[in-house]
This record gives sequence, C-alpha cells and structure tokens, in this order.
Amino acid sequence: MLKQQCPNSPKIRMDRNKFNDFVHKNFEMTDEMIVDRVFRAFDEDNDGFINELEWVKGLSIFLRGTMEEKMKFCFDVYDMNADGYISREEMFHLLKNSILKPATEEDPDEGIKDLVEITLKKFDYDHDTRVSFDDWTKCVNEDNLLLEALGPCLPNLKTKNAFLELVSDAQHDTGMSISAQQKLKGKVTY
Amino acid sequence: VYTSVMGQALQRAAQWTSAKGGSGGKLEFTKLNEELLNSIIQYVDGFGAKYADESKLVFKKPLTWQTTVSPDAISAPGLEDRGGDKISEAKADKDQPLFSIKRDGSDNECSAMTMEYCEQVLRASGDKKMIEIRACLEANRDPVANMLGERFATVEGDDNSIFRFIEEITKEIEQLAKQHAENEGNTEKQEEIEEKKLVLKMRLILLRLDQQLLNQSIAQITKDVRLTPIMVDGEVTILQELSGDDERKHVLETIDFWGDGYIFKNGCRAPPQRQLHGDIAYIEVRPFDGNMLYITANTSGYYLNKGPDNRGDMNYEKEGDAYRELVTLLKDKSAHFTEMIDKQEFHLKVQEKDDYMDARRVEEDDDDRESTAGYRPDRSKQKAEEDSKDKGQKQKAQKKKKLEPSLKWKALGMEEYQEPDKRETQKLKKKKTSPRMKTKTPVDAEDSFSESSTESEEEEEAVERRSETNADLPSEYWQIQKLVKYLKGGNQTATIIALCSMRDFNLAQETCQLAIRDVGGLEVLINLLDTEEVKCKIGSLKILKEISRNTQIRRAIADLGGLQTMVKILRDPDKDLKCLAAETIANVAKFRRARRTVRQHGGIKKLVGLLDCPIVSATSPEADKDAEVARSGALALWSCSKSKKNKEAMRKAGAIPLLAKLLKSPNENMLIPVVGTLQECASEPSYRLAIRTEGMIEDLVKNLKSQSDELQMHCASAIFKCAEEKETRDLVRQYGGLDPLVSLLQKTENKELLAAATGAIWKCAISPENVTRFQELRAIEQLVGLLNDQPEEVLVNVVGGLGELAKDPPNRMLVRKAGGIPPLVNLLTGTNQALLVNVTRAVGQCAEEQDNMVIIDKLDGVRLLWSLLKNQNPDVQASAAWAICPCIENAKDAGEMVRSFVGGLELIVSLLKSDHREVLASVCAAIANIAKDEENLAVITDHGVVPMLARLTNTVDDKLRRHLAEAIARCCNWGNNRTAFGREGAVAPLVKYLKSQDENVHRSTARALYQLSKNPENCITMHEAGVVQPLMKMVGSQDEDLQEASAGCIGNIRRLALANEKARYS
Repeated sequence: MLKQQCPNSPKIRMDRNKFNDFVHKNFEMTDEMIVDRVFRAFDEDNDGFINELEWVKGLSIFLRGTMEEKMKFCFDVYDMNADGYISREEMFHLLKNSILKPATEEDPDEGIKDLVEITLKKFDYDHDTRVSFDDWTKCVNEDNLLLEALGPCLPNLKTKNAFLELVSDAQHDTGMSISAQQKLKGKVTY
Repeated sequence: VYTSVMGQALQRAAQWTSAKGGSGGKLEFTKLNEELLNSIIQYVDGFGAKYADESKLVFKKPLTWQTTVSPDAISAPGLEDRGGDKISEAKADKDQPLFSIKRDGSDNECSAMTMEYCEQVLRASGDKKMIEIRACLEANRDPVANMLGERFATVEGDDNSIFRFIEEITKEIEQLAKQHAENEGNTEKQEEIEEKKLVLKMRLILLRLDQQLLNQSIAQITKDVRLTPIMVDGEVTILQELSGDDERKHVLETIDFWGDGYIFKNGCRAPPQRQLHGDIAYIEVRPFDGNMLYITANTSGYYLNKGPDNRGDMNYEKEGDAYRELVTLLKDKSAHFTEMIDKQEFHLKVQEKDDYMDARRVEEDDDDRESTAGYRPDRSKQKAEEDSKDKGQKQKAQKKKKLEPSLKWKALGMEEYQEPDKRETQKLKKKKTSPRMKTKTPVDAEDSFSESSTESEEEEEAVERRSETNADLPSEYWQIQKLVKYLKGGNQTATIIALCSMRDFNLAQETCQLAIRDVGGLEVLINLLDTEEVKCKIGSLKILKEISRNTQIRRAIADLGGLQTMVKILRDPDKDLKCLAAETIANVAKFRRARRTVRQHGGIKKLVGLLDCPIVSATSPEADKDAEVARSGALALWSCSKSKKNKEAMRKAGAIPLLAKLLKSPNENMLIPVVGTLQECASEPSYRLAIRTEGMIEDLVKNLKSQSDELQMHCASAIFKCAEEKETRDLVRQYGGLDPLVSLLQKTENKELLAAATGAIWKCAISPENVTRFQELRAIEQLVGLLNDQPEEVLVNVVGGLGELAKDPPNRMLVRKAGGIPPLVNLLTGTNQALLVNVTRAVGQCAEEQDNMVIIDKLDGVRLLWSLLKNQNPDVQASAAWAICPCIENAKDAGEMVRSFVGGLELIVSLLKSDHREVLASVCAAIANIAKDEENLAVITDHGVVPMLARLTNTVDDKLRRHLAEAIARCCNWGNNRTAFGREGAVAPLVKYLKSQDENVHRSTARALYQLSKNPENCITMHEAGVVQPLMKMVGSQDEDLQEASAGCIGNIRRLALANEKARYS
C-alpha cells in the first residue's frame, strides 16, 4: 500500500507532499495546517518521512482507533509545540480560519478571540488558561462531539468506510504483501 | 340557454344516451351532467350584464326548443303579442324575428336568435332553469354552429376554425386600412368587420366556457374512474328514493343490497374473498317489468350476475357487459325504468354547494379526535391571533437588528404560510366540536377519558408566557446570542464548539429556551439538520431535544419544518442520530398539528421501523444501541399515538407485533414508552383485540408488579381500556392480575396510578368470576375507603367499580358494612356527569337490598336521585331513573315518599317526551313502579301519562318495549285508563311486541294485554291484530307469569265472543 503511494522512492516511506495528496484524495482533508499537523503526528521519529511502521500505526488509529487512541492522537495534532498543553495561542492559530465572516466586522480577529475564549472556558477544567491532556480527556469523554473540536483531523465515517473497502479490495485484487497485511491486522487488534 | 355554447365539452364530456335512443338523443340522468348543467346556468345568468355587445349578436340560425315557459311569462320591450304568441319586432331578416315563442299544445316552441333573449327565457323559467337548459341542449346538439355558423361547428380533431377566422379578420382589417389610406372609406365593409370581431369575441367567450366545462368534467371523471363503495351507496340511495310501488311515479319497484347487510370497514358489503376480485356489493333490483335483477357492483363497474341459487349462495359469474353507471345498466334492462328515469329532473342546486364543500372539508380535515371536552375555540383562536401578531412583531424586530436576511425570510415565509392554515383548522374545529359540546353526555366524557389519556396540557392553548421585562434580559440571553452567531457564521469546527457550549447552559430553563428561539437559533439548528455533517446534526438534535420540552419551542420547530427533516433522519444509518431524532419528535409531537405532520411525511412507518430490534439477552454495546433505538422509537410513537389516524397508521405499519415483542423486555425504561403507547392505542377496538390475541395481557399483568409507579400506571390503564371485552377480563384473572390491581389501591398518594388501577378494577368487575375474586381480596372495603378525599378521576372509577361489584347481592351488604352508603349518597350532589352516572348506578344497586334502602331513605337519597332527573344530561337522567326503581320497590311507604316530592311526579311524566331511548326505558320502568300506588297512579294519570305512553308504543327497541308494556300494564289499574289506552291506539302496536325475540318483552306485553283485554273494545282491536295465535303459543311457555297473563287475556277475549254470541241468539 505504502509502496503504491510512493512507487519511485528507494525506501518504503512517504514524504510530506505524498501524504498531503493521500489524505486529500482519500479522506477529503484539505486544511493544510491540520494535515501538516497530522503528518507530524504520524511521523513519530520526526525524520520528515513516514516509514512502514509509522504508517501502519497511524492508519490504525486513523481507521480503527479506540476512543483513547483517538483522543491522544487529536491532542497531539492540536498541541503544536508538543509541550503537553494546548495554549490559547495554539487555539487561536487552529481556529483562525473557522469563522467565515463578511469583512464588515471591525476587527476580524475579534470573533475568533471570542471563540477561543469560549473554547477555553469549555475545556479548561483546572483554570490555568491552557488545556492539559487531562482536561482534554475529561471534556471529550463528557461529550464525544468535542473530539475534533479544533479542526477535523480524523477521517469521517463515510470516507473511512470507503477507504476500508478500497483496502480490502486491494488486498484481494493486487495481493498486498502478506507481512503488511498481518501488520495492519495485528495493529488493529491491539 | 346560450350557454350551450360549449360545443366540445357537451359533445364529449356530457353523457348522452346512446344514439339508438332516436333523434336528438337525451342527456343521461347522471351526476356529471347535473354538474355541467349547473355551471352552464350559472354562466348564462348575467351573461348580458358582463358582455353587453356580445349578448346582442344575432345568431346564424335560431336556437329552437320546446319550452315549458308560457308566452305570457315573457315580457320585454320590443315584444309583440300576436294571438297569445310573442314575437319580437326586431328581425334578423325579412321573416325571421329575433325571438318568438309560440303556443303549441301543452308545450310551447321557443326560438331565439340572440343571447339576450335566451337569457330572458331562462329568467322567466324560474326554478325550471334546469329543464330549460336541458331541453335547449337536447334540441340543439351543437349550439355553437347555430349561433356562429357552420364554420364553427364542433368537429373531431383539431379545430382550426378560430385561427382561420382570426387570420381572415386581420387580413380584412389590413385591407380596410389600406383602402382607408386610399381615401375610399367604406363604412359597409367596416361594419362587417365590426361584426366579425364581435363573432370572434363571442367565440372566445364560448371557448372559455367550453374549457371550463371540460376541466370540470375531467375533474369529475377522474374521480369516477373506479367505483368506490361510497359511489355505489350513493347511486343506490338515489334510486331507492325513486323507487316504490306506484308504477306511474316510481322508476323501480324495489332496489336494495343483497346479503346480510353487513358492511365492512372499507365500506364494501361483498364477502372478503369476493372483495379480492374487486366486488363492492351486490344489488337486487325488482323492476316493474321483468324478473328480479342481481347486479354486482365491482370497482370496474356494474354488471349482472347469475343471482343466488336455491341455497341462497350467490353465483358471482358475470353476465353481459359492465356499465359505468347503475342507471345506464338499468336502462338497458328495463324499458319502464328508461321511460321513468328520463322524466326525473335534475335537482337545481343553488346554494347548498358551499355547505356541501364545507362539510366535506370538515370530513377531510384531520380528525385527531382527542378529548375536546374542555376546549374553548373562541379563546384559543383569539390567542392564536395574538400569538401570531406577537410573533410577527418579534420577527420584524429581529430583522432590523440583524443582517441575516435569508434565514429570516424563510421564517417569515413559513409563518405566513402557516397562519391561515392554522386559523382555518381552528374554524373547522370549532364547527366540529360544537355539536359535541351540546350533547356532552357522560358516556362521552367517559369515552374521552378512556380514549386518550387526558390531555390537560393540550397545547392548542399554549399561553405565550413571556416576561414583559425585555429591558433586563438575563446574561444568558447575550451569551446565547453570541453562540448562535458562531453557529451561523462558523465552519464545522466553530459550529461544533458553539453547539457544545450551548449545551452548557441550563436548557431546561425557559429563559434559555426562549432565548435560543428569539435570537433565531431554532432556524439555524433546524437548518443544520439538513447538512451532511453527522456531528453537527447530533449536536443540534441534542439541543433541540432538550428545548423541545417547552411548548412554544415545539410549535416553533413545527412551524419551521423541523419535523419533516427529523422524519428524514430516522432513516439515517447512524444510530445515535436516529435515537435523538426520534426523541425530539417524541417531544415535539405533543400537539395535534405536529402529529399530523409526522404522519403525512411518512414518519409513523419509519418510527415503527425503529421498533424492530433483536432482543438479545447478552448485553453488548451494539445490542444496547439497538434497544436504545427501539426505545426512542416507542417514545415517539407514544406521543404520536394520541391521534386516531396515527393509531391506524401505526397498526398498518405493523407496530403491534413489534410492540408485543418489546413488551417482553426486562428493561423498565423500554417498557414505559411501550406500555404507554399500548394504553394510548387501546382506545381503538382493533388494538384491544390485538393486545388480547398477541398475548400481551400476560405481560401487562406481569408488569403490574413492577417497581415503577409509572409503568404500573400505564399497565393498569391499558387493562382499564382493554377490559371492556369479556375475554380480556377473563385473561386478566387467569394471569392473576386482579391481586396486583387491588394491592395498587394502597398507593393513595399517586392519584394517576390510583385512577388507572380503580378504572381497571371497575372494568374487570363486569365479569362475575372476577367479582368473586375481588370479594376474596376485600376490594370493596378498600374501594369504600377511597370514597373520601379523592379527585374526581379516581372517584368516577371507584364508584363505577362499586356499582359493578354491588351487582352481586352479598356485596351490597359489604358496602353497607364498610360504611359506603353515606359517602355514595353524598356524591349524588356532585356535578361531574360521568361521576353522577356511576354514582346513581351504584346507589341503585345498593337500594336493591332492604337494609341499604333504610339508610338511603334516611339520608334522603331518593330525593337526591329524583332531583337528578332534572339534569341536562340524558345519561344522568336515565341512570337516575333506573336507580329510582329499586328505591320505590324496597322503601317502606314508598307511595307516601314519592308523593312528598313536590312536583316530582309531574317531572317524571314529562321525561316521557325525551328523545333518548335509555331515558324513556328507564322512566317507563320507574313509572311502572310508581303506578303500584293507586294515589300516585291517579296523579300521573292527571298529568297525562296515558297518551304519552301510548305515543311511544311504536318503538322497536326491545328494552323500551319491555318497560313500556310493564308501565302500561300497571297504569291500566285506574279509572278508565284501559279505554283511554285503546282510544290512543296503544293496543295494536302492543300485539306486535309478541313477535319480538325477547322473552322479557313477551312477559310484560302479555301482562299489559291481559289488563287491556278487560275492556271489550280493546279485545276487538287485539283480535283484529291477530293476538290469539301468538298468545296461544305463550300459554305453552315455561314461564308461569307469562302463561297466566296470556291465558287471562285469551280468556277475556273468549268471554267477550261468547257474550256476543249469546246476545245474538237470545
């Protein structure tokens, strides 16, 4: 699978652009910033490439992850500086495109700032003006809808199912390498 | 008559008798033709006023027909009287007057050449317009050709004449213009063109009428394509009216439906296996000429069948052709019918049309027949108006405040659309309810009580409860407004954040609910349901579900079309989404219009589909989800099932077996909505039957022992409604349901539960076997204990139960020993009609025992009963009169007691004027008892009891007959009452009673006849009416009473005959 995506590279790995294309094509994820963050979440060793293991792990969360896995994944995506907290600034950054307002507003950022405040209020259980992973899990457990609160970073049900179908088709048709299959399956179960 | 213009329409649409009918042909006597003629008449009336010039246009050929109008009836300027005929001075050419009407034997011949004259004839014909138009059209099959010339004759296929004519005129006008330019003004030519223009105009006018008529007949025909039971009934009824034994007047001797007269729910009379073939009913017709005809009414038309064979089984085989109309078929078969039916006149209908339409609309209107008892149309209408005004203002205000036109417009548009609708239904409702309110009988009230649980919160009257203090809006208001802004202006991410934050507010609080509405949040939330985003939909529904607990929000959601969207969501693969949608529907569908909307958009079927969940004992998250879906479906159906039509729709969608399956669930949360739905639906007999046959009684009984009060209440309530049927009552006993019911009587704090439990006990006590069990359970003592300090809903059932239980003699004593009589008598002073009916019944049962009667008498109970005879409600009157009977029987000095009621005897005699059979029967029974006392008999005789009883003798109601005969028998014992009965013609009808099936009727009738036979005149009447034979038979009866009375009567007759003979020979 991974090979198919990157036919020309000598090693079986995927670079940022390929990943971009991949998620765009399969999961309708277009927000570049978020996709970039998702790439980083996939790329555990931060070498700028997704190798075979990272790919399998990442996809497993992506497609079959448990709630905990997904929460962790999303938090990592949103926690840009990887300091274990989502700060107000990070939030602002993530949400800045989320309001489609006509330009009439005095301060276009005003609305977003407001929204950030609302979000922060919602998540910040311990009132330290930043969202810890604890805050995050508490809040999301309370309301699953908030899992992707700061921007869609997981495939939605429809594209997910479509992709899974594609994969199983591919397995039958082209004969995916057995090891990859096993790995994918193995991953799914743990 | 000019109206006949509509060549095409009449040619094609009107149904002419077949050409073989001879020259001219006749218009068939059908509904369609009647409609067409009516519209033509309307059209012609006032033609002159509308088209002055056109009405003066001279026809090419006169329209000539036999008229019923006499020449004298027509008077107009320019008419010359010539020896009784009238001829117009104006002439078309030298010897052709524009109008003439000549005497010609009984008929007059009329000939008209302008629309103007035609109109005059029609006006002169008065109420015979229909005949005139018909005659004219029959005489002039193509009036257009007569009027405008052959070129406009009606032809098959494309009719281009009008286009050619237009071209011609245009060309001539051009020519004229040219000539004019050449200064050769030709006035003659110009006139000709003017006339042609007029002809063209006329043609166009006629064409329009033509079109109108065609449309009308198409509308009619499409309705008629297939026969329906209603049409068959209609046709037969019309013909029945025209049938009789006078050959010169009637079209048929008899016409009726063949068979046992059973009508199925769908209106068909044919047996179900034949309905499969499309048969609707079988009609037997006896024409004056020829044999009995047996006709099958099939959806495809009417045709003859082979009639019943010797054993009375119908031979359904078809003979001959099928006809669209019954009349057409009969015409083919009976010459006499043909002759007579053509003489029948179409009825001229002028104004009834409107009423008819209205009536129909009322029918069509949704008949969610919920308890409308306390419904005050005026008030709610006013409120609705205020409401809408208020809303309108608010909308406007909002619009100014915010620059978000699209949504607002949508909302406004909806509002406008909904308002008239609402008002109209209200108007209709008003009409509908008014007759009901007039006859607000306790049975009615009882019905509505058991029909649908009391909808005291019927939100048709929801009050707009808004604090006037707009000035200091709570802070939530502004915060919610901000969130709504993000909902509108944000992408998915922002929307979800806003949705989730909104749920942090206390949505159960009215301030928040109304704030969401007032800032336009509802529109956005509902719009979100239309998007693709599952998460947004879930978020939005979660909010809607909460706030739809508010009655005003419900209405707003319905107004904004939210129900339609939610119904669509019910098909979504996402189970969470389905659940939420169903739960929200459950909240919204608490008022009538919403329930209708759900049904009309196929919601019932989808909701029923949700119920279909596999019951797995093992709890897996997946199974829990499915159960949750089913639960929410049941919840929504529960709300929806308050409408009669929805119940029907649910049944059709197969809800019953699914509910039966869910009823086995061990989960209380699941059971409550399921049982709630069942008890709501149990007001329908079809459901009651299904509940019994699907084995649900067992589960209901089992759940009576549940821990949840609410579940117990719904179960008891379902049993209350279902126990109307004997089999159900037996099942309840067999499953041991009586014990838990009685133990529920302990729960005196929960009034709803108490009302349901006592109701169930009441209905179950109708079966004697159950009474025995109740006795063992000491139910009477407990019920008596509930006679104090309970709300009326409970009292009605408690007293009803006591009334049933007291039918068993030992229980009467138990009631007394438990001290139940004083509170019962005390309740006689109440005003609740349903309660009064039950109390009087219970008191009546108690009075059957002497010892009880002493107490009742001491408490002045009989006086109270007597005063209830003055109640407006006939059921109370009847029930009170029944109760009076045992009182008189068992009271000491009953005669004295009755006399002591001032005006009491007059009152009871005057009740014989009632139209209510039950009242009449009960009053007769009471009078029979009163008449045992001679003094009282004398008094009621003075009040004219004899002629009043005599007047009732023609009844066919066996119950009334029985008591009436009894009363007559007793009343004979005074003065010359026997003679008076004979004089008033009471004797002969009484003889007919002996043919009744009811043994009781025979007994009392024989007694009455015996008394009456002591008068010789009566003996003669009886003998003439053929009394002897049936009486002889009754002498052989097992019943001694009957034997004796019959023998006495025959003896009297015989003695008279002997005396007669003796007198003759001596």
